Amino acid sequence: MYNGGKILLGLIIFISLVTAPFWLSGKQATAKPDPKIDTPEILKLPESDRQCVESKAYMKKEHMKMLNEWRDWVVRDGVTVYTSTTGKQYTMSLQNTCMKCHSNKKNFCDECHNYAAVSPYCWTCHLEPKEKGL
Amino acid sequence: MGLLFSFFAVAILGVIAFVGVRSIHLHYFFGVIIPYLAFAVFIVGIAFRVLKWARVPVPFRIPTTAGQEKSFPWIKSSKIDNPFTSFGVIIRMALEVLVFRSLFRNTKMELRDGPQFTYGSTKWLWMAGLAFHWTFLVILTRHLRLFFEPVPFFVEILETLDGFFQVGAPVLYITDLIFLGAVTFLFLRRVIIPQVRYISLASDYFPLFLIGAIGTTGVLMRYFLKTDVVGIKELMMGLITFNPVIPAGIGTIFYIHLFLVSALFAYFPMSKLMHMAGVFMSPTRNLANNNRAALHANPWNYPVKAHTYEEYEEEFRDKMKSVGLPVEKE
Repeated sequence: MYNGGKILLGLIIFISLVTAPFWLSGKQATAKPDPKIDTPEILKLPESDRQCVESKAYMKKEHMKMLNEWRDWVVRDGVTVYTSTTGKQYTMSLQNTCMKCHSNKKNFCDECHNYAAVSPYCWTCHLEPKEKGL
Repeated sequence: MGLLFSFFAVAILGVIAFVGVRSIHLHYFFGVIIPYLAFAVFIVGIAFRVLKWARVPVPFRIPTTAGQEKSFPWIKSSKIDNPFTSFGVIIRMALEVLVFRSLFRNTKMELRDGPQFTYGSTKWLWMAGLAFHWTFLVILTRHLRLFFEPVPFFVEILETLDGFFQVGAPVLYITDLIFLGAVTFLFLRRVIIPQVRYISLASDYFPLFLIGAIGTTGVLMRYFLKTDVVGIKELMMGLITFNPVIPAGIGTIFYIHLFLVSALFAYFPMSKLMHMAGVFMSPTRNLANNNRAALHANPWNYPVKAHTYEEYEEEFRDKMKSVGLPVEKE
């Protein structure tokens, strides 16, 4: 084998790189995000009313798109009321509607956003909620 | 032929994943078994191909000499284009691998009125190739967020830069646009230019369609159809810690994407995509041109049985003397 050393070294570097996740993942690897929905505001509501503007499955996938649309509707079109698929009406506002219930940004928003390494730019305009002892 | 075959081959792959997950509910098969198999084929296949190439003897230096060879000290030599030292070779390889230097020198020839052949430089393939490969690398690196916990810092930096313009939510990645544009260009190039179309085979179209389909499903998944990213990361982390789990609620589009990626991984070692390893092992690029300075003995030279004149004379001296032939040694 000509230049065998160099070729083997290259091959070993390549294989270590592509298998890096396997041997670098530590104990944290299997830790799952656990967004908390036990804020006082939510607990105040009767069990039957503990429901976000849309279903949980929908919100999980589409909330970023929805917030983006809400911004456009409110800021650009002047529409401020959102009618959900259940017919209930909500004021379209991140701080006054969403964050009223989900006041625990650290234990709710950040939980998944950190896990998926997403850094949404909500808080470059909106005020981050001040959390105490949460 | 190759075009249609490849198109339908990729389409069928997509349909297999769609039907398999949507109708037959083979989530575990498409989410765990296939990715593991594909990854194993990828690693073993590449190692096999590279080791096979490594066994090929390289008795002589055959670099393409694109500049003045090193000779007399008063003749200026080209240190990169006709490298004499390992350092020159490293620079040459780095430029080749990172910026596709030899493709930069791509020319085209045309028969003009006259009739006359004209040669001109053409950079489009180089530009599209560069855009394609670099955005592919960035996209691949961005995907590491699904394979590491905590996510490495450079992945987050890359994501921030990639989504610099903050268009929409989730933010639009610039690389996604460039990548799909470049794939489209590379495909159209094959179809539109008659000469290129003539030499294009299924093995050229198939990877293009496959990679195009992977890009398209990825874009669909991120911007339009939506999936549960947290669930996907749980699945991936399960795979890399060998505790596979299938979280509920991940859309079918993800399984199609994953299946196409698996197909690409499995196809990789047995296709032209092996140029990823091959570029490092090109003897016309990775050898220093020192043929005149150093001896490169051919290892399989046959040991020639020589019979020198001294030995000849030794053998026939008496006979030579007797007929009066002159001999060197009395």
